[in-house]
Amino acid sequence: MQLTDKHREYWSRNLRLTAILLGIWFVVTFVVIYFARELNDIVIMGFPFAFYMGAQGSLIIYVLVIWFYARRMNKMDMEYGVHEGED
Amino acid sequence: MATAASSNAAFFNQLKKYYSFYTGGFIAFVIILAILEQMGVTPKVLGYIFLAATIALYAGIGIMSKTADVSEYYVAGRRVPALFNGMATGADWMSAASFIGMAGTLYLTGYDGLAFVMGWTGGYVLVALFLAPYLRKFGQFTIPDFLGARYGGHLPRTLGVLAAIICSFTYVIAQIYGVGIITSRFTGLEFKVGVYVGLAGILVCSFLGGMRAVTWTQVAQYIILIVAYMIPVVWLSVNITGNPIPQIAYGQALQSVTAKEKELNDPATALGAAEASVRAIHKEKAKEMGDKLKAMEEAEKAGNGAAFYAEQKAKAEQKVADLKAAPEPDAKAIAAAEKAVAEFPADLGLLKAAWKKAESGAKGKAGPVAAHATAFSGKGAEKKVMKEAADKGETPSAEAIAKAKAEDEKASNDKRNNFLALVLCLMVGTASLPHILMRYYTTPSVRDARKSVFWSLFFIFLLYFTAPALAVLAKYVVYHDLVGSSFASLPAWVSNWSAVDATLMKIVDMNKDGLIQLAEITIGGDLIVLATPEIAGLPYVISGLVAAGGLAAALSTADGLLLTIANALSHDVYYKMIDPNASTVRRLTVSKALLLVVAILAAYVASLKPGDILFLVGAAFSLAASAFFPALVLGVFWKRANYLGAVIGMLTGLIVCMYYMYMTYEFFGINAPLWFEIKPISAGIFGMPAGFLGVILGSMISPAPSKEIQELVDHVRYPSLEGDINTNAA
Repeated sequence: MQLTDKHREYWSRNLRLTAILLGIWFVVTFVVIYFARELNDIVIMGFPFAFYMGAQGSLIIYVLVIWFYARRMNKMDMEYGVHEGED
Repeated sequence: MATAASSNAAFFNQLKKYYSFYTGGFIAFVIILAILEQMGVTPKVLGYIFLAATIALYAGIGIMSKTADVSEYYVAGRRVPALFNGMATGADWMSAASFIGMAGTLYLTGYDGLAFVMGWTGGYVLVALFLAPYLRKFGQFTIPDFLGARYGGHLPRTLGVLAAIICSFTYVIAQIYGVGIITSRFTGLEFKVGVYVGLAGILVCSFLGGMRAVTWTQVAQYIILIVAYMIPVVWLSVNITGNPIPQIAYGQALQSVTAKEKELNDPATALGAAEASVRAIHKEKAKEMGDKLKAMEEAEKAGNGAAFYAEQKAKAEQKVADLKAAPEPDAKAIAAAEKAVAEFPADLGLLKAAWKKAESGAKGKAGPVAAHATAFSGKGAEKKVMKEAADKGETPSAEAIAKAKAEDEKASNDKRNNFLALVLCLMVGTASLPHILMRYYTTPSVRDARKSVFWSLFFIFLLYFTAPALAVLAKYVVYHDLVGSSFASLPAWVSNWSAVDATLMKIVDMNKDGLIQLAEITIGGDLIVLATPEIAGLPYVISGLVAAGGLAAALSTADGLLLTIANALSHDVYYKMIDPNASTVRRLTVSKALLLVVAILAAYVASLKPGDILFLVGAAFSLAASAFFPALVLGVFWKRANYLGAVIGMLTGLIVCMYYMYMTYEFFGINAPLWFEIKPISAGIFGMPAGFLGVILGSMISPAPSKEIQELVDHVRYPSLEGDINTNAA
């Protein structure tokens, strides 16, 4: 089992994607909570912003982050030829 | 592989067909029961039918899925499609606490309760990015398996087993407790009997078919629980807002709730003035309780604790005698006084706890209502200073105001820090609980494991983003329909529930004005979900459905947890360490026997009603986060991590976390000062960094892992490599 440069590139692209998505996760969770008092002054459709993020907004983003990661990685597997059989 | 793919597709289509039929059948069943109700069948009988029918259904699936194959037993044959594994994970994940308790917590605490909503969903991002695909590629049976293979030697595996058992067992007790509560409430059986009936329900699912049976019953349980959760909320939303999508519609309700909160807090309005009069009564009560507590402490200091206790008990008994001797005995008051004697706390410590609870309850009600969406409200010290001065007709000094402001800000910041810490612990704990991670061993491929995390969170999300809407809608009903209406015409759901259980609903006309004030209502969190069908004016059959949903949530989680514990013992301890040559039959027999023993032990502990279930659940997350997360994640992402690092990391994580809980949680009686004002439930915030530091330092001071182990890391990082080793266990 010898890793080629292509393999290494696959892994570093995976790391970069992971870091970016983790950054999004961090912002919609911890940054929003940290500034919740200030952000609650913004009211959209009856919802104070930080309250809305905690109740629904961040959750929607979590679902999208995971969806995007799965899609992107599954494509990247094909691109780098490290995908599993036909299924 | 082509044949495997097409057989997987065929299997998927077959499953879709089965579960569509099943869902249709279940809806038909509910409709038949609704017709029976109209024909005059009593609620109690409906309750029994729901309980018996759903448990029989789970048993049926359990028996149909029985297996003698090791891979089927431990990982459902690794052919669970992503979508169905997502549903099973959803049911596995959502416990009685999520189903029944979540909306209530949000009702009671507003924004501050959202820590649970965020924590219990955001953790799946970590599962997706750091663990699921890599564990699937590794492809064995348990989480300790991975630790054992990655770090070598028996010690990392043993620590993994130990940590898995500690957190799963604390968690499973809470689940079985929930099962007992639901069964006893809806059938009238005694709590202890309810626990064992529920246990039978849990065992029929997992005993014969292991993971395979648990997976397919969990899918069935997910469908029941999500239907049961949605129907009443959608109906309530239509009633209140005219919009059938509660998650969108409740913004409108929230605005009117916020307006009402302002009105109730303003003594210039009629409603606000009535509230103020009740708050004054609560304030007096709080003071009275505070004085009594002071007297108790003084008696204790003087060594007269026992005498003080006897005196108080005698006082309670004297009250009964006085009431009976009155010229016109008041039957209601006598009954209440007699109940107080019968339930008088058994010793001084308990009496103190009861008084403290009464004091803090009264204190809470003596102040203004906190606005639902406000984040981290302070102590209200500034308002208090202003008000006291205004009462005396003075202006407070700038110094006093500044001091009060600083106090408020500190209280608010402490709340924020605790919120942040709790969210992090719940998230990392989610990504470390073995019963969840184990589920990603069951998909056909790495590809499916990634998709499956998406489906898992999607199905969990459906319930979690509905709970905040339900909480606001329920608050709307209480503020608009209940507050200000007359005691003579209480809505049916209020009188029903206050008769059933005073801890869930208590309503007393304290200022004797014949009208209901908010401060006169005491609501227990669990009421919100349980009473929603009645609040929305739905027939009893929907209440039965909600109970069945709660039962499904508790049973499915308990199943997954028990299986995790039994597998850790049978696979990791017995097969991998004691007798590696054991035959298949023997391995499964040992596993099933252990499952039975663990289940009975857990039911026994639950039937003792151990205190504070919520703390137990939170503790499980902190412990899992501290013990597992660093070693698991660094095991994949840092090749240099080695045996010594894992051992030191897991041990320090676990020890720091347990030490902090032991020192600060009041149950243990030490009550050491808090670190950075962080509450013991978030002990993981100290355990996690300690764990990471332990793994890193331990690895740096000892030699790099062998070439084989580094190859194993490469193996899990790539879904497929040429000339790859095969670690799949069969």
